[in-house]
Amino acid sequence: MWLYALRRLLLTLPILFGVTVICFALVQIAPGDPIQNLLSPTASQADADRLRAAYGLDQPLPIQYFIWIGRVLTGEFGMSIANNSPVAGEVFRAFGNTIVIALISVALAFVLSMILGVVAAYRSGSLIDKVITAIAVFGISVPPFWLGVVLVIFFAVNMFWLPATGMGASGSESFSYFDWNDLKFAIMPIIALTLPPLGIMTRTTRAAVSEILSQDFIQTLRAKGLSEMSIMLHAVRNVMPAAVAMFGLQLGYLIGGSVLVETVFTWPGTGFLLNKAILTRDIPLLQGTILVLATAFVLINLLVDLIQSIIDPRIKRS
Amino acid sequence: MNEMPRPIPSQAERYAGEGEAFVKVEDLKVRFVSRDATVRAVNGVSFELARGEVLCVIGESGSGKSVMMRSLLRLHPPKRTVIEGRMLVGGHDIGAVDERTMSSLRGSTISMIFQEPMTALDPLYTIGDQIAETVMRHEKLGRKAAWARALELLELVRVPSAERRLKAYPHELSGGLRQRAMIAVALSCRPGLLLADEPTTALDASVQIQVLVLLRKLQRDMGMSMIFVTHDLGVAAQVADKVAVMYAGRIIEHGAARDVLVHPQHPYTRAMLSSTIKDRHKAGPLGAIGGSPPDLRALPEGCSFAPRCPYAGPECLPAMPAPVVGADGHTARCVRTEVVDGVLEFRPGTALPA
Repeated sequence: MWLYALRRLLLTLPILFGVTVICFALVQIAPGDPIQNLLSPTASQADADRLRAAYGLDQPLPIQYFIWIGRVLTGEFGMSIANNSPVAGEVFRAFGNTIVIALISVALAFVLSMILGVVAAYRSGSLIDKVITAIAVFGISVPPFWLGVVLVIFFAVNMFWLPATGMGASGSESFSYFDWNDLKFAIMPIIALTLPPLGIMTRTTRAAVSEILSQDFIQTLRAKGLSEMSIMLHAVRNVMPAAVAMFGLQLGYLIGGSVLVETVFTWPGTGFLLNKAILTRDIPLLQGTILVLATAFVLINLLVDLIQSIIDPRIKRS
Repeated sequence: MNEMPRPIPSQAERYAGEGEAFVKVEDLKVRFVSRDATVRAVNGVSFELARGEVLCVIGESGSGKSVMMRSLLRLHPPKRTVIEGRMLVGGHDIGAVDERTMSSLRGSTISMIFQEPMTALDPLYTIGDQIAETVMRHEKLGRKAAWARALELLELVRVPSAERRLKAYPHELSGGLRQRAMIAVALSCRPGLLLADEPTTALDASVQIQVLVLLRKLQRDMGMSMIFVTHDLGVAAQVADKVAVMYAGRIIEHGAARDVLVHPQHPYTRAMLSSTIKDRHKAGPLGAIGGSPPDLRALPEGCSFAPRCPYAGPECLPAMPAPVVGADGHTARCVRTEVVDGVLEFRPGTALPA
């Protein structure tokens, strides 16, 4: 087990290296010159060159990469061009805001989809199966930003139950998920983020469970005299490796892909930050954000692999 | 020798008085109903089996052997399956008991070994877990006692270094060992009736014999009744007390193993026995049976073998022939079979088509 974990950990190192290279290169490929955005239209070429040298943007690309990676490894992500503050602090604060609602949403979707998917597979073809399928298709089809707007109109504008946007008075510094005054700001973003993964995971769980239920060993379990409940437990355990993989994948999507939902709710997470960095061509900020997100994605996958190998003894062998 | 150390009376001893059949199946019919077709898999099967007896069911694929076996455990999906007739096992009316009773009979009074040891075990549970689970379910033992029993069982089925194998997962064992583990699961609660659905078909030839000999020995030691499905006639000759030959969901010949395998009377049994490669000249043609088994969705009115039978005549067509029973219990369902001095005799001559 530990050997497998170590081997798997070593395998992620080249992936992480690739991530940093692509991350660095992507920004170079993007059109537009950040220096021009900073200068007033009347600034001279000399001013531009001086500023370029100050940010290190006049060096050859490989040198720029190694300077950048060296700083990144010491936890220094450079200064944001747009608002002249350290990128690291801004990125990690945003990441903290995103990862918590993403985790809550995916965990919620995971638990609900396991229940719904198992019930649907077990009662396949029945009315309850059709209702669950309808819920799942709704979750997959509804655009989360549209849902976000509808939620705002209903809960905030019409009912006055929940605040429409932002993180409230505490801001991201002292935001507490255990305090209703703060938590109420997170509720609508969580609902909007939960629904799509809930739909996808319910569909996948249902398919996986019915695949397992059609396997030979289920008949053996029944022939052994086990109750339907115990047979279900066997089936659920067999579905777990696939379910954990989905969990990781959806969490990865939510961390990076919640741009729209975070923009609708002005939730100061990474999606929001990414949006801002792209619009202002803030290269250090963009690099830092993408790097943190990609690293998180790689680490989540590593964790998923390790958990899968604990559940399924056949994985360690291959 | 090789007695289980625990003095548990076998299920066979708990039920059924001496002389009374332990298994009694009367006119069993099974059909699978779906929107577009009804498949008549079993069409009136009757037999009796005393305790400690081994019945071999032989026949081509699709002749209803496995369906008949699964019916004895009620493993078919209840919604799509219609079962008629009576099945009595150890005094329990399998067709009538409620689902709760049925699941407590499964694995204790009646258990089953499946054909494919590669897929019949749960890949995520250890062998020990899978044996102990059955023991805990039926005998209300604690975890520790159940694992101790699992170890005894693995030793009973001759799994080498059993203690280590208890903690192994199915994928870590060879096919032969997995099938032994499967047998250990099936025998864990000393069943009165063991259903074996081609248990050696998927194994290597050398392992086949070992598993077969083991099964036969355990069956004798434990005094179980056994129904053994196979399409290997050599296997049937080795283990069977009685043989039933199935065709299109009916038993068309039935009797003591010697009678059926050495003096077959039904044209189908004769054709099947002559289609084995034994005693055949290498270059000579194999005696394969022409044609193919009937479509179970639309069975012909008369004898279901008639379309492939070289001896068929007009008298075969109106209805399925009634059983002709000899004094020794040897039974065949063919119009050309007669009882002469208490013994069945096939008379092909009278109405051979030109």
